[in-house]
Amino acid sequence: MKSDSVILSGKGVAKIFGFGAHKTVAVDHVDFSFRAGEVISIVGESGSGKTTLAKMLLGLQTPTAGEIYFEGHLRDIRSHRQKREYWKNIQAIFQDPFSAYNIFRRIDAVLLDCIRMRGGGRLPYEQKVEMMREACRFVNLKFDELTNKYPFELSGGQQQRLMIARIFLLKPKILLADEPTSMIDACSRATILDMLMALRTEIGMTPIFITHDIGLAYYVSDSVYIMERGKFVESGSADSVILTPREAYTRRLLNDVPKLHEEWDLSTV
Amino acid sequence: MRHMLRQLLQSGRFLIGFGIFASILLTVLIYPLFINDPPLEIVSRGTFLAPGIYVNVYDSMNFSTHYTLILDDAVAQRVGARLNDEDRLAMQEWLLAAGVLEGEINIEDTAALIELWNSNFDPSVRVPGMTNADRNYYIRLTDSLEGLLATEGAIVAVPNQTTGVLEETGVINQSDYVNIGEVPNFRVLPLGTDNFGRDVLTELVSATGTSLTIGFVAGAVATAIGLLLGLVSGYVGGFVDDIIVFITNLFTVIPSFVLLILISFSIGQEQRGAFTIAVVIGLTSWVWTARAVRAQVISLRNRDHVNLSKLSGHSIAYILAMDILPYIASYVVMALILQISSGILAEAGLSILGLGPRTTEVPTLGLMMNWSMIYQAHILGKWWAYFPVILVIALISFSMNLMNTGLDRVFNPTLRG
Ligand SMILES: Nc1ncnc2c1ncn2[C@@H]1O[C@H](COP(=O)(O)OP(=O)(O)OP(=O)(O)O)[C@@H](O)[C@H]1O
Ligand SMILES: [Mg+2]
Repeated sequence: MKSDSVILSGKGVAKIFGFGAHKTVAVDHVDFSFRAGEVISIVGESGSGKTTLAKMLLGLQTPTAGEIYFEGHLRDIRSHRQKREYWKNIQAIFQDPFSAYNIFRRIDAVLLDCIRMRGGGRLPYEQKVEMMREACRFVNLKFDELTNKYPFELSGGQQQRLMIARIFLLKPKILLADEPTSMIDACSRATILDMLMALRTEIGMTPIFITHDIGLAYYVSDSVYIMERGKFVESGSADSVILTPREAYTRRLLNDVPKLHEEWDLSTV
Repeated sequence: MRHMLRQLLQSGRFLIGFGIFASILLTVLIYPLFINDPPLEIVSRGTFLAPGIYVNVYDSMNFSTHYTLILDDAVAQRVGARLNDEDRLAMQEWLLAAGVLEGEINIEDTAALIELWNSNFDPSVRVPGMTNADRNYYIRLTDSLEGLLATEGAIVAVPNQTTGVLEETGVINQSDYVNIGEVPNFRVLPLGTDNFGRDVLTELVSATGTSLTIGFVAGAVATAIGLLLGLVSGYVGGFVDDIIVFITNLFTVIPSFVLLILISFSIGQEQRGAFTIAVVIGLTSWVWTARAVRAQVISLRNRDHVNLSKLSGHSIAYILAMDILPYIASYVVMALILQISSGILAEAGLSILGLGPRTTEVPTLGLMMNWSMIYQAHILGKWWAYFPVILVIALISFSMNLMNTGLDRVFNPTLRG
């Protein structure tokens, strides 16, 4: 399913917080181009600016400088309508599932939002329920047990699976997964990753993983971008970057991962 | 909803606060059903009648059956009411100062004491250290002792229509009683009367109602403005935020009470109804609600659940209403409750300065305080004219604060057990 068309790219994208002495350059004029169908990973240590970059890609934060191109065109999301259109194409899974849901809204409402976003707001209710049931089945949740519950009543792993069910309903072209497994235990971690990869084939989206775990990046991705203090210091295919790293920083990240060159064991991902 | 109620009922503080508040509210609502005298009606000539039951003397002499009760301590009570222990000590003091030997004075024996007093007391004698007020007191005391130990009854006499000569129509014995239930006219004044001779309790109930209304209106106005500005300024940010923050700062620099005084003053006595005052109080006190709400919104607007809501295509209005407001609802309700009680206090403060609602229509708690201060109830020791008012104000604030502390659990579903 790899193709050569560039789906998302950026030139000189930067984000600077604060002014003067309190200035933080979170993302420092980065260039990138993500091809449709590839699995992309952005790897970096804590505070290197990954989340900030993700928020800019999602259109949740405005870049201080630089341009972002979506499907070859300069992205224009100034109006609410344009944003809505854009978000039909790009969606996210957040780092911390426990803070990602509105605690006052039930699970049904979360999923119904996705159906409405896809233009299914006027469908008969039975059909919506069937769609939600299907989405939940895809992530191994039972919709009939979840209906009328609140997301915070689920475990972390279940909440993250619900997040994937959202994506299943939304069928976006790009999925930004910001450390989707960092807050959950090792067992659920593999399940979540498998589900995301299955979803990728199911709806043909381009996943962008954001992680501090270079091992995970190697396991899932085609292209890898290494981020250090707001800059991309190294990028390329997963094999070339990880098996023959040029930068000391990359090597340091690699040293933090115990057994990389051995057969990758799913349960430790 | 059931969850919420159950949580509320488990919070002792909320229940106590709610209990106090509900009883105040119920009293305000129910009292007028039974006693519907106009609250500003003047019922007594003379001011500051003490709390008590006022029985018509004429009626109890003429229209009521007199019953004889044989009560042993009646005489002692009667004498005690005229001549209490303090008076006895004062008499002893005067007698000693006038040269009577200590052994001769027995302040326990009323008859002997009065006799000794009557044979020795001379108002023209100046005892060292005695002030003029003391002298007057002794003269009054001497007068009141007259006939104190008499055992015969009082004679009732009526002038003859034609001759004008008094004719005895009956005798009221010392052991005569009337049944209050048979006296056609009596008035219970549980809190006495105020400086104008109005029934304090009736006035207080009506004033509480008005003050609560003022508090609610002021609180609602302040909270509505503060909430709206805080939400918009905190969430939208940028230029809009700058303008709103500028206005807020402007209002912060001028103390709201000073502003309130200026506005009230310039409105003029004629225009100052209770409702106008309430709105003016609301218009001058939204600032801190706006600031607090803005700060809360700023801490919320970059949370992931808000981001998720954006990614789900929701509008700003929807996000403000569903993703921000519920998270600060407990805060807003608490702010509202505090605004209500501070609105009541602001009205009281204004009225004490004489800038409250105009005085001719309705009483408010503040106006009652104002009147009792002007007429020096606190100096004269007429506690019933001001203490119940202070108590009601304190109870309202106290109960609202108690309810506030109980509300937090209800608004946060993750705290629900
Ligand atoms: N809203 C903000 N205001 C000011 N500084 C910020 C803001 N958001 C992020 N930063 C700063 O930008 C830098 C990059 O933060 P970012 O959250 O993008 O890091 P990250 O790579 O996602 O880290 P982690 O792996 O810990 O999630 C940090 O130094 C952070 O302090
Ligand atoms: Mg991050």
